[in-house]
Amino acid sequence: MSLKKISKNQPDTFEFNKQNIELANKMISNYPEGKQQSAVMSLLYIAQRQNNNWIPLASMKYIAKFLSMPYIKVYEVATFYSMYNLSPVGEFFYQVCTTTPCMLRGAYKLVDVCKKKISEDENEVSKDGKVSWMEVECLGACINAPMVQINDNYYEDLDANKLEKIIDQTIRGETPKSGSYRGRINSEPENNRKTLMDIKNA
Amino acid sequence: MLKLKVNDKDIEIDEGLTVLQACEKAGVEIPRFCYHEKLSIAGNCRMCLVEMEKSPKPIASCAMPATEGMNIKTNTPLVEKARKGVMEFLLANHPLDCPVCDQGGECDLQDQSMYYGIDKSRFKENKRDVPEKYMGPLIKTQMTRCIHCTRCIRFATEVAGVPELGAIGRGENMQITTYLEKSMESELSANVIDLCPVGALTSKPYVFEARPWELKKTETIDVMDSVGSNIRVDTYGWEVKRIMPRINEEINEEWISDKTRYACDGLKSQRLDNPYKKVGGEFKKISWKEAYETVVEKIKLTSADKIAGFTGDLTNLETMYVAKDFFENTIKSKNLESRDDNAYVNLDSRTNYIFNSQISGIEESDLILLVGANPRLEATILNARIRKSYLTNKPNIYSLGDIGDQTYPYEVLDNKTSTIKNICENKSEVSEKIKNSKKPVIIIGNSVLNMKSGKFIFESFKKYLIDNNKINEDWNSLNILSKHAATVGGFDLDIVSAENNLTLETLKKNNFEIVFLIGQDNINFKKKNEFIIYIGSHGDKGAELSDIVLPGAAYTEQDAHFVNLEGKIQKAYQASFPPGEAKEDYQIFNELSELLKRKKLFRDKEELTDNLLNYLDIKKKKETLNDCMIPDFIEEKIIIDEIDYYYSNVVARASKTMSECRNSKINVKRTGTEG
Repeated sequence: MSLKKISKNQPDTFEFNKQNIELANKMISNYPEGKQQSAVMSLLYIAQRQNNNWIPLASMKYIAKFLSMPYIKVYEVATFYSMYNLSPVGEFFYQVCTTTPCMLRGAYKLVDVCKKKISEDENEVSKDGKVSWMEVECLGACINAPMVQINDNYYEDLDANKLEKIIDQTIRGETPKSGSYRGRINSEPENNRKTLMDIKNA
Repeated sequence: MLKLKVNDKDIEIDEGLTVLQACEKAGVEIPRFCYHEKLSIAGNCRMCLVEMEKSPKPIASCAMPATEGMNIKTNTPLVEKARKGVMEFLLANHPLDCPVCDQGGECDLQDQSMYYGIDKSRFKENKRDVPEKYMGPLIKTQMTRCIHCTRCIRFATEVAGVPELGAIGRGENMQITTYLEKSMESELSANVIDLCPVGALTSKPYVFEARPWELKKTETIDVMDSVGSNIRVDTYGWEVKRIMPRINEEINEEWISDKTRYACDGLKSQRLDNPYKKVGGEFKKISWKEAYETVVEKIKLTSADKIAGFTGDLTNLETMYVAKDFFENTIKSKNLESRDDNAYVNLDSRTNYIFNSQISGIEESDLILLVGANPRLEATILNARIRKSYLTNKPNIYSLGDIGDQTYPYEVLDNKTSTIKNICENKSEVSEKIKNSKKPVIIIGNSVLNMKSGKFIFESFKKYLIDNNKINEDWNSLNILSKHAATVGGFDLDIVSAENNLTLETLKKNNFEIVFLIGQDNINFKKKNEFIIYIGSHGDKGAELSDIVLPGAAYTEQDAHFVNLEGKIQKAYQASFPPGEAKEDYQIFNELSELLKRKKLFRDKEELTDNLLNYLDIKKKKETLNDCMIPDFIEEKIIIDEIDYYYSNVVARASKTMSECRNSKINVKRTGTEG
């Protein structure tokens, strides 16, 4: 993971919409008076949701004013956390887990598929602007490795072919079904094994 | 008191100290990068690891509070190994460019890796590359050298009060930057160069100029403002290469303002190195002999009351004293004046024109009232003290009128003289607050004293504070923010012609025939038939007006005394020499006197200094505190004189660096990106 690139095309202004101002004020009210700065992470996330899943610089300025804190402090937070996107992402944003368990189960094959079908470099939106992808660290679904997060959903137990189909679907604009792609319910054991006692050395 | 052991030595320390401070008290040196006495504790460099009994791991001594019965060891194999390990990590990404690094020779990382590091690197991977950042015209960055100690960030947020520096990204990709790489908006910004323990932030004007071991270091006093910061002047040959702060907890702590630090390149340009005479509108080089003869001839032909003199903003006590002697005894004129405006001053007592609460006293105050002063630009270091007080004490801060960003919030009062009248007549909420506060600090700026109601404001405040027992033996809450480095010195030597500066009035009416401008460049008047003699170091406004230029020495070129705004007498030492034919200022008067009266005023400089210090001693004993008539009230608006911070005196105006700073500020305003 390298330092996050900040987009060169920035909107001039940013403002929360009516609904999000309400939400932001609700977040601020979670903290004691005078400590409103604690809400900076929630506000950045709200801004990201409002602005097609990425945070423009204008919104950092806006949030800094909103919480009366220095701009640089907001900027620090936004660049520190990997889940804040500082440049535009696709309508379908693929996050491919490549940490050890997923890697052992073939995550790099999924990366190759992304390179082939979406874009050669990560963080580069495909030509039609619909899809983009990036490598991420562990997303906590190791038992269903390898996996990919697309927007808010997990797509698990994948292999190259299955991911290709998913990508095709998203390029057409359809939202694929989330969850395990080997027919498991959540992370239930395979082979119908229900307890540790059922089958030895499974 | 806590008792603990450091390397088997028993020591006693106050509560609330850290293990590192305890070790220092025991005389043990602990290597450190991120820890700094004047900044908050970060604990992120890990260089200060020490061993503590009963702790399985080494502890970071800078962040660990010392407690009763601790047993600290700093010389064990474990500590040595820990230091080596930390050092290796710090050096993993640090480039090996010491030979071309400006910090070389005074670099903490270099020194400490010699003492505590290992001699080779096991890091085979590529080193981290970080792009350079723009941080304004004073700070050069080389961010690959950065070891992320965050001292600069903490300085900017805490001391300078401009939270513009920050660390973006994380882990290996962490970078120190200003918000979107704009220059730092602070008059204290260059202090981060001293704070940086490596060569990441270095001085832009000093880049590749000299190595620290080649420079001659002279400890002296600054004259850029009335604070009298303690500085060290580094010279190479006769050239002043750079100026660094010297620690003086009572005045400037460890900081100096950017002007103090970088106006020094003005000592190299626009210098007067030869006597000049104006012939038909053009200056012609002449010899000292010819120059003296011309002046002497003129003086002999003129009656004494038609001769006037003005001492300047950077003039030292010696020069003022010798000028005073020259005017009183040699030419017998009373028209010598140290002020360049009509500022009101009451010479009955020293307490009437100095900063009585003392700069360090600001830290204890619980109420600060700024009356027509803009301390951020008039006395930057003093303003840093107000900010420090704001952070620790949370005093109520008021200002008459909006004076712009002072790096701390303040309550704005109506900027009219009637506000002051109301305060002094107990009709304002603020008067109640002043009465209830234990150590109020009232700071009166020069702009106010220069107004028509200057006397009214000063005397009514003084009476009000005496009546409410806020001026007593323990605490004097009345403070004057003097305008220049020479202001208090001029008052101490009684170089004041009349209360409303009659000499200046007469000058403006063109009623003098000979005018001595002794380093005085701030007087605006229309020249008619006066014969003007300029004695000073730089070719500026004063020299331009003059008929004869007698080249003098600048503040780094003569041993001399200065009085700072608190009334402290400090000695400035000679670091370099006046250029060309120029002489020390006192010599010029001495030799003129010799030609006029066949007798030198003083045998040598020692005699001059002795007489001068004697004069000041006698004056201190003669002090009286008379009640002064308070004049009638006039309704006026209090407006602070505009301050061109980077162009405030001849040295700064001659400095290229200062004009760059000034331009960068102006540009920022023009584009409107300052936010």
